[in-house]
Amino acid sequence: MSEQQEETPIEEKTNGSPKPTSPNSDLKLDFASFWEYSSAPESSDHVEIPDRYDHFIDGKFTSPVKGRYMKSINPASEDVLTEFAEGTSEDVDKAVKAARKAYEKTWSKLSARERGKYIFRLARMIQERSRELAITETLDGGKPIRESRDVDVPLSAAYFFYYAGWADKLDYAFPGRKVKPVGVCGQIIPWNFPLLMLSWKIAPALAAGNTVVLKPAESTPVTALKFAEICRDAGLPDGVVNIVTGAGQTGAEIVNHPDVDKIAFTGSTEVGKIIQKSLAGTDKKFTLELGGKGPNIVFEDAPIDQTVEGIINAIFFNQGHVCCAGSRLLVQEGISERLVNKLKDRMETLIVGDPLDKNTDIGAINSKAQYDKINQYLEIGVNEGAAMYQSSCNIPERGFFCRPTIFTDVSQSNRIVQEEIFGPVLTIQTFRTPDEAVEKANNTPYGLAGGVWTDKGSKIFNAGQKVRSGVVWSNTYNKFDPTSPFGGYKESGIGREGGLHGLYPYVTLS
Amino acid sequence: MPKRIEVLKTYKTYVGGKFPRSESDRTYQVKDSKGSHIANACRCSRKDVRDAVLAARSAFGGWSGRSAYNRGQVLYRIAEMLEGRKDQFVGELEQFGVKSKDAAAEVETSVDRLIYYAGWTDKISQIFGTINPVASSHFNFSTPEPTGVVGIAAPHTSPLLSVVSLIAPVIAGGNTCIVLSGETYPLPAVSFGEVLHASDVPGGVVNILTGFKDEMLDHLSSHMDVNAVFNTLTDKSTRKLIDENASISVKRVFHYSTDDWLDQSHENPYIIDEFLEIKTTWHPIGD
Repeated sequence: MSEQQEETPIEEKTNGSPKPTSPNSDLKLDFASFWEYSSAPESSDHVEIPDRYDHFIDGKFTSPVKGRYMKSINPASEDVLTEFAEGTSEDVDKAVKAARKAYEKTWSKLSARERGKYIFRLARMIQERSRELAITETLDGGKPIRESRDVDVPLSAAYFFYYAGWADKLDYAFPGRKVKPVGVCGQIIPWNFPLLMLSWKIAPALAAGNTVVLKPAESTPVTALKFAEICRDAGLPDGVVNIVTGAGQTGAEIVNHPDVDKIAFTGSTEVGKIIQKSLAGTDKKFTLELGGKGPNIVFEDAPIDQTVEGIINAIFFNQGHVCCAGSRLLVQEGISERLVNKLKDRMETLIVGDPLDKNTDIGAINSKAQYDKINQYLEIGVNEGAAMYQSSCNIPERGFFCRPTIFTDVSQSNRIVQEEIFGPVLTIQTFRTPDEAVEKANNTPYGLAGGVWTDKGSKIFNAGQKVRSGVVWSNTYNKFDPTSPFGGYKESGIGREGGLHGLYPYVTLS
Repeated sequence: MPKRIEVLKTYKTYVGGKFPRSESDRTYQVKDSKGSHIANACRCSRKDVRDAVLAARSAFGGWSGRSAYNRGQVLYRIAEMLEGRKDQFVGELEQFGVKSKDAAAEVETSVDRLIYYAGWTDKISQIFGTINPVASSHFNFSTPEPTGVVGIAAPHTSPLLSVVSLIAPVIAGGNTCIVLSGETYPLPAVSFGEVLHASDVPGGVVNILTGFKDEMLDHLSSHMDVNAVFNTLTDKSTRKLIDENASISVKRVFHYSTDDWLDQSHENPYIIDEFLEIKTTWHPIGD
C-alpha cells in the first residue's frame, strides 16, 4: 500500500556521517590524461577562397602589370591557400594615382557625414561576414579560431565603427585648430593581426578624409583582399581604398612614391628604421608601430592565480606573435618559485595544434621563416646558459608549431632578454625592490607595453608611471579597444593608433 | 677723468648646472653686424655634446618626476629672473646691432612667452589626456608623458627669443634638453643660461652649447641617448642629415622654422605636444 510505503529518512541517514561528495572527488587534477578534449573543428566549407587574387585598384580587381604572383601558405598544413599578385612599382603607381584621383575628385567632395556613413557601412559588412573572415584569418595565418573569431574580427569591426563616428566630429578633436586631411596615405601592415591592423590603419585614415594604398603582409594577404570585396560591395567610391599585395619591395615602392603624403607602418623595428631613413629629407608624415620586449612585473602581493592567467595571455596569445607581448616576466623574489611552478602547471594544459579547432590555445607559427627564427632563438637561449622549459604537449607533425617555452636563469644582457623573438617564448627574471623592477623593465631599447601585477593601487601607479612604455596593463594584459590609444616610446615607434590620439597622424592642423 | 675700462665677460657654456669651457679649449670670434669683435665663444666639440647629453639624461628622472605645478612655478621663476635682467639682454642685443626698440621687444616677448608656457604645465594633461570608454570591463586612461632628452638646434635669428621659444615648450612638458645655440650670435643664449641657473631650474635640465653646427649636430642627432630633435635649421642637407641620424634610434624629429619669432603663433600647446608620449593605462573593473 502506497501510504505505508517506507519513507527513506535521507537526512537522518547522513546525519553525523560524511556528506555525499562528487563522484569525481577521488580524482586528482591529472592534466595529462583527465582533461582530454574532443576535437571541435570549425567548418570552413562555406568559405570561398579563389585560387588567385589580384590587386584591388580604383575599385576593381586588377591583375599585376608584370604578371607575377606569389603564394600564400596555410602554416598549419603547409598547403598553398591561394595565389596573390606581386606588386611592382607600376602597380603601386597605378594605386597611388587612383588614390590621388579619388582624394581630389570624390572623397574630399563628400560631406563629412556621408563619409562617416560609408565607414559605418564597412563596419557593418565586416560584422556580417565575420565568421568567414575569422576562418579565413585562421587558415591564412595559423592563429586559433577562438582568437580570430573573438578578438581579431569583432575588434576590426569596432575600429571602423568607432572612427566612422569621428568623420563629422573632427572639429571637436583638436582644440583651437582647424582639421584637414593629409592626402594619400601609404599603409604597410604586418602578418600577426592582418585584418585588425588593416582596420587600425584604414578606419582613422578614411574618417579624417584621406584615401589609402595599403599593402598587407606577404604571408597573410587574404583578409585584406576580402576587405577589398567589402569596399566594393559597400559601394565605397573607387580609389578610396586600394590594396596592393606583395613583399618588402612592394612596401618600399609605396614608401618611396613621391605622391604619397603619409606613411603608416606596423612591423619590426629593423624595417621601421629603414623606412624612417628612406623618408629622411622628405616632407612625408609618418607613424611607426614597431617591436617590443614587454616587461611583465609581478609583485609579491599579486593575486597569484589571476596573475598566472595574465602571464599566459601576455606571452602565448596569438603564438606570441604580438609586438606588445609580455615576453619578459619580472617576478619579485619571494614568490618566484611558487609562481614559476604554477606557470609550468598551467602551461601543461595549453592545447597546441589545429588552429581551426575551437579548443586550441596556441595555433601555428605564421610562416616557415618565423618558425626558423624562433628555433634559432631557443638555441641562442640555451647556448647563453639559460634553463629552457617547454610544455610536454603533442604537436602536429605537419605545419609549423612551437611548444610554449620559458627560460629561467637569464640575465639582462642575454640576447633572449634584449631582442624581440615574436614567438611563444618567455624569459623570467627576478627582482627585490620596485626600483630594481623598473630599472630592468626599462633596460631595453623598446618601450611599447608592459604589465604590473599587484593588489596595491599605489604600487600600480608608481611602477606604471616609471615604466617607459605606451601602454601599461595593470592586473591585466593584451587588451585592445578602438577608443584606447596604442603605440610606443623609444625604439618601439612614433605616434599612436586608436582613440582620439589615433586621428592626429591623419590630419594636418591649421 | 680717465675713461673707465670696461670689464669684458668670458662667455662659457652651460652644462649640468655649471659653466664649463669647452673641453677642447677652442673658441671662435663673435662679431657684431659691422664685423667688429665682441667676444670669444666656446667652440664646443662632440665630447661637449656627449657631456651635455649625459647631464640631460641624468636630470630627466628628477625633472619629469616634478609635479606639473612645480614645473610651472620654475618656469615662472625664469620669467621673473629674465624680467630683472632686461637691461642686460637689451644691451647684449644692441651690441650685436639690434635696434633698441627691437631689442626691448625681443626681451619682453621672451619673458611673456615663458609665462605663457609656465601656465601650460598643469593643463597639458587635461587637454591632451583622455579617459577612454573601452567596451570591456576596464578603467582606461591616457596621459601625456615627456619624450625624454631633446636636442635643440637653434637658428641665427632672434638669438634670445628663439632660444626661449624652443626651450620653454620642451621643458614645460617635462623633458630635458641640449641646445646648440645660433652660430653667429650665441651670447644671449649663454647669458640665458645664467638666468636659468638663478631660477631654480635643476642642473642638467637645460644645457647650452656654442660652436659650429657642422661639428656638433651630426653627433647630437645620432646620439643613442637623445630621444627627439627640435630643429629650426632650414637647409635641405641639414634636415636630411638629422632625419637620417634620427632613424638610427627611432628619434622623433620636429622641424620648425619661422622668420618672425615675435609672432604669437609660437605660443601654442601643440608645440609642447610634439615632445610628449601618450601612455595608456588599463585596469580591470570587478572583484
